[in-house]
Amino acid sequence: MAKITLENLAHSYLPNPKHEDDYALKELNHDWVDGEAYALLGSSGCGKSTLLNIISGLLHPSQGRILFNDKDVTNAPTTQRNIAQVFQFPVVYDTMTVRDNLAFPLRNRGADPSYIKDRVQQIAAMIGMEATLDHKARGLTADAKQKISLGRGMVREDVNALLFDEPLTVIDPHMKWELRTQLKSLHQEFGHTMIYVTHDQTEALTFADKVVVMYDGRVVQMGTPRELFETPEHTFVGYFIGSPGMNVLAADVQGDKAVIGGTQISLGKGFGAPQGQVEVGVRPEFASLATGDAGLPVTIKRVEDVGRHKIVRADFQGAEINILAGEGETISPDMNRVVFDTAGVNVYSNSWRVTPEVA
Amino acid sequence: MNKTVNQKAWFLILPVLLLVAFSAVIPLMTVVNYSVQDTFGQNQFFWAGLDWFREMMASERMWDALGRQIAFSGIILAIEIPLGIFVALNMPKKGFWASVCLVLMSLPLLIPWNVVGTIWQIFGRVDIGLLGYTLAALGIDYNYTQDFYAAWATVIVMDVWHWTSLVALLAYAGLQSIPDAYYQAAKIDQASRWKVFRFIELPKIMGVLMIAILLRFMDSFMIYTEPFVVTGGGPGNSTTFLSIDLVKMALGQFDLGPAAAFSIMYYLVILLVSYVFYTVMTNLDKRDGH
Repeated sequence: MAKITLENLAHSYLPNPKHEDDYALKELNHDWVDGEAYALLGSSGCGKSTLLNIISGLLHPSQGRILFNDKDVTNAPTTQRNIAQVFQFPVVYDTMTVRDNLAFPLRNRGADPSYIKDRVQQIAAMIGMEATLDHKARGLTADAKQKISLGRGMVREDVNALLFDEPLTVIDPHMKWELRTQLKSLHQEFGHTMIYVTHDQTEALTFADKVVVMYDGRVVQMGTPRELFETPEHTFVGYFIGSPGMNVLAADVQGDKAVIGGTQISLGKGFGAPQGQVEVGVRPEFASLATGDAGLPVTIKRVEDVGRHKIVRADFQGAEINILAGEGETISPDMNRVVFDTAGVNVYSNSWRVTPEVA
Repeated sequence: MNKTVNQKAWFLILPVLLLVAFSAVIPLMTVVNYSVQDTFGQNQFFWAGLDWFREMMASERMWDALGRQIAFSGIILAIEIPLGIFVALNMPKKGFWASVCLVLMSLPLLIPWNVVGTIWQIFGRVDIGLLGYTLAALGIDYNYTQDFYAAWATVIVMDVWHWTSLVALLAYAGLQSIPDAYYQAAKIDQASRWKVFRFIELPKIMGVLMIAILLRFMDSFMIYTEPFVVTGGGPGNSTTFLSIDLVKMALGQFDLGPAAAFSIMYYLVILLVSYVFYTVMTNLDKRDGH
C-alpha cells in the first residue's frame, strides 16, 4: 500500500510534442492518498486510461515523475511496482483452469503453496466461482472471464495499488452492482489504494470516496460526490455529472446581477465582473417553474415522469432548460417562467467556475 | 421448423460433382485401373487382381523409401516449426522493418521449386559453390554427391531455408492477433518471458501452428523436385524419397502396374496421416473447450 504522487506529469503519444494539444495527458500534479478509493471519471478519450497505464508502468510518461511513498519509480518497470490492474476486456489464460488463473500472480512471486490454496479459495468465493474452479478458462462466458480477471487483480494482498480500467463494461447489469459492492467491501476490509476508471457516473459516485473528473487530458475537478454536485469547478463537470446535467446559459454578469437573453435575474452573491466567455450554470434540481413576471420566460416542451420526480424540458430562446419537479407537483401549461434558487447558481468564465465574493 | 424436402436440390451439387470427377476421381480411377492389370505392350491388358499390391507390400525398396521419407519429414518438422516460431517471435511487430522482414521472409516461398534445387546444387558444389568451396577450404570433407551425411544435410538445410518462412509467417500472423492487454496483464502478473510464451502466445498461435504442421507434413511427404535436382536421389539410394522412387519406377522402368499400386498406397498413407492429425487436432479443441 502506498501513497502515489504525480509530479509535473504529462504524456504525449507523439515523439516530439510541441503544442499543448499534442498531449493526451496535460501537465498534472496530484497525490493519491494511501488507502483511498478514487474514481477517475470522464468521457472516452480524455486520458483516463493513459494516466492509469502510466501509474502501473505500462507507459513511460513524456515528462514528470511518479513517486510511490516518496520513492521515485518513474523508470521502474511494471513488475517492480507491485501493482494490480484489471483491464476493460477480460484477459484470462485460456489453457489454464480457473484455479491456476487465480493462482498465477501468486505463483509468479513464489508464494507459499498452502497460502496460495487458501487465498484462491477465498477469492473464488468472493467472485462466486468456487464451483467452476477446476474448469478450463477457455469456453467460459465473457462475464465469467472478467470475474476471473477481477479475481486475479485482487488475489495479491500486498499490492501498492489496485487499478481498474472500466472493468465492468462487459458485465451484466445486476452482476455489475454485486461486483462493485464486493470491490467496495474489499476496499473497506484491506484499505488498498484503489483507482477506478469509468465513464459511468453512477459507478464512480457509488464506488469512490473521491471522484476525479477528467476532460480533454486534464483533471478538471477532484472532490467528493457532494462537491461535484454542488460546486462543479468546470462546466464539463456540471454537464457530465447529474441526470440530466447542469443547465449552462450564456450570460452577462455584473456583481450580483446576470442578464440572460435580455432578462435580468439576481444571483444572490456578488461575482465581480468576470471576463471572457461568461456563463451561468444551474442544476435542474435548483430550477423551478413559476407563473408571473419573475425569472426567465420559457415554454414547456415535454414532461418526463421518471418515477421519483419529473423532468421538465423547457425551451428558452432556442436553448433547452431542464427543470426537476417533485412527484407531487402539478405542472400547468400556463407556467411560463423558470426561477433559480440562488444557492445553486454558479458562474463560469471560460468554462471555469468563478468564486463568489464573500458577502 | 419443418424442412422442405425437395430431391431436385441434388442437381445443385452437380457442377461440383462434375468438376471433382474430372479433376480428381477420373484420373485416380485410371491409376486404380493400372494397379489391377498387367500389360506386355501393344496396349493389351490382363487382369492381375491384387498382385501388384502384394508385391509392393513385400518390396524392401518401398519400405526403405518410406523409412527415409518418414525420417525426412520428421527432421524438417522438428527444425522448421520451432525455428519458425522463434523467428516470428523476434520479428518487429510494426513499422518499416516489419514490412522489410515480411518481404524478405516471403522471398524463398516465391522461388520455383526446381530453381531452389538448382540454387542449392550450385551453392553446395565444392569447385564453384560458395558453401561447398568454403567448407572445403575450412578442411571439412563435404561432398553431397558422394557422402550420405552431406547429401542429407544439404537436402534438409535446403528445405529449412525454403519453408521455415511459411511457418514463421503463419506464426507471426497468429502473434499479431494477440491484443496488447494480454502482454500488459502478464507484466502486472509478473509472468516470466517463458510463461508469456507458454500461456499467452503458444495457445493463441496453436491453431495456425497446426495448419503449418499439416501443410509442411503433406508437402515434405510428397517432396520431389528439390532433392531430385540436387542429389537425384543419391548417393546410391540415400535420398530417394517416395516420390523420387515412384517416378523412377513409373517412368524410368515403365512398371506401370507396381507404380500404380505404389501411388495408391502412398496416397492412402497421406490421407490417413492427415485424417488422424485433423481428428486429434479438433479433439484437442473440444477437450479444452469444455
